[in-house]
Amino acid sequence: MSQKQEEENPAEETGEEKQDTQEKEGILPERAEEAKLKAKYPSLGQKPGGSDFLMKRLQKGVWDTLNWSVLLGVDKMQKYFDSGDYNMAKAKMKNKQLPSAGPDKNLVTGDHIPTPQDLPQRKSSLVTSKLAG
Amino acid sequence: MAGAGGGGCPAGGNDLQWCFSQVKGAIDEDVAEADIISTVEFNYSGDLLATGDKGGRVVIFQREQENKSRPHSRGEYNVYSTFQSHEPEFDYLKSLEIEEKINKIRWLPQQNAAHFLLSTNDKTIKLWKISERDKRAEGYNLKDEDGRLRDPFRITALRVPILKPMDLMVEASPRRIFANAHTYHINSISVNSDHETYLSADDLRINLWHLEITDRSFNIVDIKPVNMEELTEVITAAEFHPHQCNVFVYSSSKGTVRLCDMRSSALCDRHSKFFEEPEDPSSRSFFSEIISSISDVKFSHSGRYMMTRDYLSVKVWDLNMESRPVETHQVHEYLRSKLCSLYENDCIFDKFECCWSGSDSAIMTGSYNNFFRMFDRNTRRDVTLEASRENSKPRASLKPRKVCTGGKRKKDEISVDSLDFNKKILHTAWHPAENIIAVAATNNLYIFQDKVN
Repeated sequence: MSQKQEEENPAEETGEEKQDTQEKEGILPERAEEAKLKAKYPSLGQKPGGSDFLMKRLQKGVWDTLNWSVLLGVDKMQKYFDSGDYNMAKAKMKNKQLPSAGPDKNLVTGDHIPTPQDLPQRKSSLVTSKLAG
Repeated sequence: MAGAGGGGCPAGGNDLQWCFSQVKGAIDEDVAEADIISTVEFNYSGDLLATGDKGGRVVIFQREQENKSRPHSRGEYNVYSTFQSHEPEFDYLKSLEIEEKINKIRWLPQQNAAHFLLSTNDKTIKLWKISERDKRAEGYNLKDEDGRLRDPFRITALRVPILKPMDLMVEASPRRIFANAHTYHINSISVNSDHETYLSADDLRINLWHLEITDRSFNIVDIKPVNMEELTEVITAAEFHPHQCNVFVYSSSKGTVRLCDMRSSALCDRHSKFFEEPEDPSSRSFFSEIISSISDVKFSHSGRYMMTRDYLSVKVWDLNMESRPVETHQVHEYLRSKLCSLYENDCIFDKFECCWSGSDSAIMTGSYNNFFRMFDRNTRRDVTLEASRENSKPRASLKPRKVCTGGKRKKDEISVDSLDFNKKILHTAWHPAENIIAVAATNNLYIFQDKVN
């Protein structure tokens, strides 16, 4: 008798477990992806204040010396002359020797005085669209 | 504008066999940034098809009259006019580069021989007039045929200039420039059914303009918080109702749509209707809000429904029911298990558009790998098609494509990991009356139509 009960119970439990797993599988893909992301970027989502994405969206095209680290990746940002950077660099230059080799062209930060060669060229020529060709 | 069932239009997108018609653009592998198409729009009759690109250029195609000697081929679209609409600018005060990319083109209903359209970049909207010139005046008194001024003292007789026919010339000229009204980036423009006003929407504000007046616009929606740290959502798209000139909607990055009535107050910060689908709190994740952000909102031609596009689905809403959509169509649900990498490569922020067929019986939206999806609302069937050069023989039927999500991949199926996420179809347009669609695949424009019986 007790044996029968034991046999029955495992079956019930398996049934419940199955349902549980199925429910979990429904939300699992998104949660699993979230876990992956948090593993790669532990500091994500911990900034106080307005959402990072919204700020990035609103500031598209703006170089903000204070907040650039908030935005995703320096190389994704448009770069142009920033007087804040320039003045910071000038102040620093007074205290140390001029750097011999310029840093990576893409990383224009406060340590380096920007020169015209460092800045990306403004878009120029107005050519007819190839759709019209 | 075509109402429901415009003249003999077959029902739905799936009982039809879609065929390749034309492709425009270069074939080279190296795509210049400027050539990337950023907007596609048919005019009210469908005879004109406009495209805008990242280089600030507009190309307009015109449908040729049907050829009696080739009854099986419908009119083709050929270049009608092309012009530089916007140029790159620099805001020196804010250290802001203003891209020349054309975000949206919207046609005005035709009122005379000329055609008018609105084109906008991030900051400035322009009204363009496209007109034809097929006559030229000859026999001027004060200048020669080549334009040089004649010496007035040598003129001994007067003549009346006569008009002579010339080769058709299509000219585009900017008639109005609506500038300096947007602090943030313009994402939408929409012409009102009164044909006198239009709205422009940026991330935080919506302005109402009169087509004749460029130095003033009315702010009708302002969601900018006093303290920017409290910013929680932005406006993603806005559109006027097709028939009710006092009604418009705007969508948000939080997946909601607000319908506003301009009769209720001058500033429409308080909505008349609020459309939001309740979310299951247990399924919430880091990605939930990002993928719920609505990238496009479009009224049906009937004005009874509207459609919203978020990252993974399109939803059809009945304007009379705010609590949930009446239809939800999955575009590429298999991407749900790829959200981490889609976030890392920024694809999760891609803004897909959607469109209705002329009779509202079908809807279409784009996906990755140059796939686009069509949903027939009547038969409830959907199909995945591909815009590719391989399927570009004239009148070749498009074969339905299938993405395999796991397990055994059947022949002709493509696995999720093989999808090319750089080949995204963000912009599509459907002819207002016939089953002809325009699909922008990066720098190429594909035109497909249904098989003629």
